[in-house]
Amino acid sequence: MIAIVDYNAGNLTSVARALAKIGYDHRITGDPTEIENAERVIFPGVGAAGSAMESLKRSGLDEALREVLQKGKPLLGICLGTQIILEKSRENNADCLGLIKGDVRHFPPDMTDSGGCRLKIPHMGWNTIALTIDHPVFADCPAEAEFYFVHSYYPVPMNEESVIATTDYGIAFASVIGHYNLVACQFHPEKSGRPGLRILENFCRWRPC
Amino acid sequence: MLSKRIIPCLDVRDGRTTKGIKFKDNVDIGDPVEMAKLYYDAGADEIVFYDITASHEKRNLMIEVVRAVAETIFIPFSVGGGVRTVADMRETLLAGAEKISVNSAAVKNPDIVAEGARQFGNQCVVLGMDVKRVEVSQTIPSGFEIVINGGRTYMGIDAVEWAKKGEALGAGEICLNSIDADGVRDGYDLELTRTISENVTIPVIASGGAGEPAHLYDALTAGRADAALIASMVHYNTYTIDEIKEYLNNRGVPMRMQW
Repeated sequence: MIAIVDYNAGNLTSVARALAKIGYDHRITGDPTEIENAERVIFPGVGAAGSAMESLKRSGLDEALREVLQKGKPLLGICLGTQIILEKSRENNADCLGLIKGDVRHFPPDMTDSGGCRLKIPHMGWNTIALTIDHPVFADCPAEAEFYFVHSYYPVPMNEESVIATTDYGIAFASVIGHYNLVACQFHPEKSGRPGLRILENFCRWRPC
Repeated sequence: MLSKRIIPCLDVRDGRTTKGIKFKDNVDIGDPVEMAKLYYDAGADEIVFYDITASHEKRNLMIEVVRAVAETIFIPFSVGGGVRTVADMRETLLAGAEKISVNSAAVKNPDIVAEGARQFGNQCVVLGMDVKRVEVSQTIPSGFEIVINGGRTYMGIDAVEWAKKGEALGAGEICLNSIDADGVRDGYDLELTRTISENVTIPVIASGGAGEPAHLYDALTAGRADAALIASMVHYNTYTIDEIKEYLNNRGVPMRMQW
């Protein structure tokens, strides 16, 4: 069973529907024990880092997620879930889980495209990713594949080894990060059409060593 | 590089898709769930549903449509029309919509934008703006006025001021509809689109007037739009989404070409 972590951070049903589509047994749950006992865990989320962290601490889910990582179970972060995995977010100056060293910053306000037009914030829409390493979760992912992003803050991992893929939006930022049994993407695989479903399917089969 | 988005818009009345001209003379053009699937397979980057159901009692039909669509397509889709309260927003989001577009409800009660953004996140709240050209005046310095009721009621609010206010209240995006251009397939109102886009930092979707791919090119380049809404030109099979994307991609507009 795949646990989808419920911590009152936005709409989790879209992740559940995507898993239903690709045929994997799942449950939306906020119960730390159930999450620790799950075969694998998806940690989604939209909203703000501050209130999300408060909610995680209040429910004991922060410890459950640490436990999942320790036990070597596959763990997938999505969007806000990805940002919260780092140590600190400049959004609400929130102390986060620290499962990966680094922090989360806001896009600079004055970014422009090649034609000199100001880039909008949030970074909203479809963009490509450039893999920096081969990763089983991104197996058979064509270079031209695009994924759906919507965010104003982006992950800045401290160690380059934690970067799995980067994306260009005014700056090149880490759009997929992770290590060991943890992989976390800034985009929404559940809203990224077929390439997104493919990544979810790869994650559901992933056996990290 | 971020791609510009092509977004088919489906007007839904009592659970069926319709298309009208200048918000009148609606004709039935099909089942919204089937059409959503069709556009998803054809490469739509996002889909917008606009509920034009006349009575509040029939809103549950729309919720059923949203639920069925969410099980069928795996790209973002937003729902507008008929959303009057934060509770309506919650119900629609839980049924599976990614974003909610608020239009006249926001004009009448701007708090709905702030409260929606606070409860569900800015990315969930789209400020829908219906705009008409008027004479430049002290109240409407830009010459673009906010209207509601399909353009029948002038609100005395300048569109530029309203867009800035919407952004400040927490809207994550603006869907900008020119009532003058809507349904006449003569091109988007480029001046309006550019004026609004340059006055906010959030993305702007151009809406109203698309009749051929060149219109989208203009909106996404000179008009500075981040996305373009289309309706008749694909509903009646005049163009496929593929053809439109190909046209734009060939002219250097970044497009998602694989799906």
